[in-house]
Amino acid sequence: MRHEFLIHNPKDNVGVAVVDIKAGERVAGVSLEDGSSVEVDAKNDIPLGHKVALASMDAGASVIKYGVPIGKTTQAVSRGEHVHVHNLKSGRW
Amino acid sequence: MDRATFMGYKRENGTIGVRNHVVILPLDDLSNAAAEGVSRLIQGTLPLPHPYGRLQFGADLDLFFKTLIGTGCNPNVAAVVVIGIEPNWAEKVASGIAETGKPVASFPIERYGDLRTIERAARAAKDFVQQASELTREPVEISELVVSIKCGESDTTSGLVSNPTVGKVVERMVAADATVLFGETSELTGGEHIVADRMKTPELRKKFLDLFNDYVGFIEREGADLMGSQPTQGNIRGGLTTIEEKAMGNIQKIGRARVDGVLHPAEAPPAKGLYFMDTSSAAAEAVTLFAAAGSVVHLFPTGQGNIVGHPVIPVIKLSANPITVSTMSEHIDLDISGVLALEKTLDQAGDQLFEVLTRTIAGRLTAAEVLGHREFVLTKLYRSA
Repeated sequence: MRHEFLIHNPKDNVGVAVVDIKAGERVAGVSLEDGSSVEVDAKNDIPLGHKVALASMDAGASVIKYGVPIGKTTQAVSRGEHVHVHNLKSGRW
Repeated sequence: MDRATFMGYKRENGTIGVRNHVVILPLDDLSNAAAEGVSRLIQGTLPLPHPYGRLQFGADLDLFFKTLIGTGCNPNVAAVVVIGIEPNWAEKVASGIAETGKPVASFPIERYGDLRTIERAARAAKDFVQQASELTREPVEISELVVSIKCGESDTTSGLVSNPTVGKVVERMVAADATVLFGETSELTGGEHIVADRMKTPELRKKFLDLFNDYVGFIEREGADLMGSQPTQGNIRGGLTTIEEKAMGNIQKIGRARVDGVLHPAEAPPAKGLYFMDTSSAAAEAVTLFAAAGSVVHLFPTGQGNIVGHPVIPVIKLSANPITVSTMSEHIDLDISGVLALEKTLDQAGDQLFEVLTRTIAGRLTAAEVLGHREFVLTKLYRSA
């Protein structure tokens, strides 16, 4: 099956684009753990390697990747949005 | 257990090398010109110019000596000519290297000048190269191998594919009783508890966490905001947002292996197994410290395209980023972008990397070796007196 993003862990609320995704595209993701798939409508352009939100999140929510928190959102993020330095910050520094 | 054998050089002290260099080692910045002069005269020599060696003191000086002596002791080195501005420190390094039993000679510049020093050192280097040219490879078990791992210019494809591919090979090496070194202290931030949980004893766990907290404390005391620096600009361009995310990708390189020991910078592992070494996360500094501790070949996964090499040990580059493998193909020894497209599994990528490792050990030159990447970068702990 064609896929545009991959998901490390079933607990993750972000996926990783493996192609350049354009805003408005309906894109499919595959779980690396169990091979299951999910579809998301991309809200922004998401370059290869960048993250796409799989769920809507409030400001201050933990972003989960590899099944663990990798930082907190600095603003509300909706499903399908690009997640990067503009809306996600480290919990460490 | 993996009984695979490879063809290596057996050194006088029983260690196994995969290259056969005759090194011209300057003790200090002032001796670089003479060392390079010797290497221009004598074919088959490898000069290691560097900017330090004057007025260092304390722990910084200790690390300097440990790194130079360790580099000379590396099993990929057949013989060493040391050149220093004055005789004492040059002799100190030469006698440290001589403990391996390999041929070593040292030459001071004071009271001779560059030209006479070059002639004297060149005569020794000529003999060493001719002796080294008669050494031949012999079959050795994989358990004799010391390998190091470190990633660079990582992006999210590193955590998805190229780092776990290295993890597959590391699991295989550790199961075969080989030795593997990893480090990058600051880059474990956010995943340090996971590495701590892999330590085989509570003592190791404490030693690791103490070193980790020291390093991160040092960064924080400098008042640095590592945003923009760790993750690097290249990391951010590749989609990595936070240090925790980078760390989680980083630690995929050790697979599911447990850690047998914790080493100070440039410290040789006391036995076989998987060892953490306290290092900078800068590529050339870390690889130089691993080589000084006896690593003979390095696995280097990259996302956006770090092109580092090392003069003494081959650095094998792998990447899963389809943009990097096509735009920077001359730097990449193994393209595993097929895993990203799910055309290939991680196990298959691991087998491919193991094959590239075996061929590199047997003598196939890496991209970095052919392109002349000889980054020899000493870690300096603080300013000189």
